[in-house]
Amino acid sequence: MTDISRHANAGAADAMMRRRYRAEKRFRWYGISATATALLFLGAMLVSIVVIGHSAFSQTFIKLDIFFDPQILAVEGKIDPDSLRRADYSALVKTSLQETFPGVTGRREQRQLFALASRGAADKLRELVVEDPNLIGSKASLWLLSSDDVDLLVKGEISRETPEHERQLSDLQLEWADQLVAQNAAELRFNTAFFTTGDSREPETAGIFGAAAGSFYTLMVTLALSFPIGIMAALYLQEFAPKNRLTDIIEVNINNLAAVPSSVFGLLGLAVVLNFFQMPRSAPLVGGVVLALMTLPTIIIAARAAILAVPPSIREAALSVGASPMQTSLHHVIPLAAPGMLTGAIIGMAQALGETAPLLMIGMIAFIADVPESVMEPATVLPVQIFLWADNPERAFAAKTAAGIMVLLAFLISMNLIAVILRRQFERKW
Amino acid sequence: MSHNCNPAVIERLRALHRLASEARTKGFWPVTYLGDGPEMIKKTFIVTAMAATAAACGAQARDQVQIVGSSTVFPFSTVVAEEVGKSSGGKTPIVESTGTGGGFKLFCSGSGDNTPDVANASRAIKSSEAEQCASNKAGGIIEVKIGYDGIVVANSKAAPQLNLTLKDIFLALAKDVPGDDGKTKPNPYKTWKDVNPGLPDTKIEVMGPPPTSGTRDAFVELAMEGGCKTFPWVKALASDYKDAFAKICHSVREDGAFIEAGENDNLIIQKLVANPNAMGVFGFSFLDQNTDKVQGSIIENIEPSFENIASGAYKVSRPLYFYVKAAHLDTVSGLKPYLAEFISEKAWGRNGYLSEKGLIPMPDEERAKVRSTVAANAKL
Repeated sequence: MTDISRHANAGAADAMMRRRYRAEKRFRWYGISATATALLFLGAMLVSIVVIGHSAFSQTFIKLDIFFDPQILAVEGKIDPDSLRRADYSALVKTSLQETFPGVTGRREQRQLFALASRGAADKLRELVVEDPNLIGSKASLWLLSSDDVDLLVKGEISRETPEHERQLSDLQLEWADQLVAQNAAELRFNTAFFTTGDSREPETAGIFGAAAGSFYTLMVTLALSFPIGIMAALYLQEFAPKNRLTDIIEVNINNLAAVPSSVFGLLGLAVVLNFFQMPRSAPLVGGVVLALMTLPTIIIAARAAILAVPPSIREAALSVGASPMQTSLHHVIPLAAPGMLTGAIIGMAQALGETAPLLMIGMIAFIADVPESVMEPATVLPVQIFLWADNPERAFAAKTAAGIMVLLAFLISMNLIAVILRRQFERKW
Repeated sequence: MSHNCNPAVIERLRALHRLASEARTKGFWPVTYLGDGPEMIKKTFIVTAMAATAAACGAQARDQVQIVGSSTVFPFSTVVAEEVGKSSGGKTPIVESTGTGGGFKLFCSGSGDNTPDVANASRAIKSSEAEQCASNKAGGIIEVKIGYDGIVVANSKAAPQLNLTLKDIFLALAKDVPGDDGKTKPNPYKTWKDVNPGLPDTKIEVMGPPPTSGTRDAFVELAMEGGCKTFPWVKALASDYKDAFAKICHSVREDGAFIEAGENDNLIIQKLVANPNAMGVFGFSFLDQNTDKVQGSIIENIEPSFENIASGAYKVSRPLYFYVKAAHLDTVSGLKPYLAEFISEKAWGRNGYLSEKGLIPMPDEERAKVRSTVAANAKL
């Protein structure tokens, strides 16, 4: 190009410049709108979960005067724990409701009346009496769980405008519930049971603790297996293994394993852990082994990257003052690579926390009401609990589902937070 | 925990141990290749596994009931399990929702601690499944019929309630519809009005369960087949040409009019509310819990209600069952109380707690009959 031609094209060049600036501006807008859209989706999801789920953290209780009738409880005068457990505690609740609303007669109406209290109310009485048999014969004014429908009414989730036959509560039940509220005998209280009990088929007594404990045991097994194995494998492959075709194949396979659909690991668990070693179904131990297989590649890949990031000069310095290769690795490389390794491990754990597919095959997708106390006891995990609740017909489970998601999110956020803190704490800049 | 009590496992582990030592002395390559270290680890592992197994075997038989099977029976089974757990103070039975077929596969895989004690089913056991149970030595099985479940075809309250016949349902959803000439043609119907002039002029859009579901099987068998049989020449096929009959009557159209909505019935109800033109197929208990949002269509002039299903007037209903391994009744503590609780009047009776969960109880005399067969330990 000569000066003359450039001069002649000055107008065109200006236009091109302006176009480039416009393109630049557009490009930024694309970026901003992409980010905003992503944030919007995330925000919408969080808001909807909180809006639906916040009501699960409180529960309606009704105040009932209970008479621990010896005729009902101590059948034939027996008060050993076994016969006390078997007694009909719902009869106590029914009698009390009958006394509160004396005018109610007729089978149909009585049934409606008894439906005001939860089945959990009788369980609570059983718990009290088994703990202290001296209660028998006494009277007490107790706050007991209401049924899920009354709870929904108090929370304003059942509309009074819908015609009676389409409503979960009849007109009579509405009237009784209003009466209880007017007498200050029905109130919303914090739902502690949600955080301390296991699953239940009644929404008002269902708790997340069983699943949280199951998740805890499962992840402990996963961590105990995958972390040491993953770190050792990464260290060996990165620092000690010869570079040849075999290690190449291993490396490719590890990368491929990271992309294998998780349910495949469940099949493996079923075939090997359950069928060959005959481990019990639904046990966190088995779930942990399966999830460990799944998280191993993630941990190995992250750990290798972390080891690779340690400058060679550190190793050379250690070797030059006479450290053995093992000492170099253990005293220098691993401590320096630790933040990266830990981050990888925690990300892997977070992934494992959210998995349900591999657990289907080994029987961890099940109704399990007891809170597990060891890795051998049947358990389920948080995402499975959420999935099971979402499938239940009772309306009140919608709030429980959303609340379960909040608990899972809280777990995930705190795990990621730990990863960030560890990185901040131990990170070294070269 | 005593799941490892199976002597076969110990034997298998012993064999493995023997194999490993033998292979090493004979210089079998994979083991020698691994060298001393890994082999030691392997040996230790096997020995540890044997020790653990032996330790576990010290305990008595399993004390926690294991239940697998139908997702339709799951909600009822879990309520009973919870009740048994609470009133006995023992362990609450574990209930897995594997689907009826999947449940039988596990249930019939043998007898002993590592196999389930109970299989829930939304249909009676098939002869092929019973044979599998027998060939795997699962032992005697007790059949317990527990009640009925209705399947409803529902739509949003915002739309008019439909009055359908089984024939309407079949014509709307069949892959091929039979003509008068003894031949079938691909389903031409686009709207409900095309199917039956008495129905509204809305697009046919039905959401229902996938083929893995027992609800789908029952819907196809009861509703579709019922409508299919209204064509005399197709009905005539049923006895001699079973395959041809099943092909015509049991094939659901795949051109988008029938939408497989997954096993989550709550999701179907949400979609129905959002789209008043759509219809949904699901179990009666979900309709019962959502009567303010959706309405069940009238089928053959009968409304899907608790009373109509219990009396048998509503056509699209099916019996529900569970199956118990007789041998486990004595070895698994907790199984007898579970069985007793399930067939107690306060659970499955006319006003029992299962009816609140949507199970439709059997008539009194039928319940008495089932109870007496259970009491007599009558096996299949």
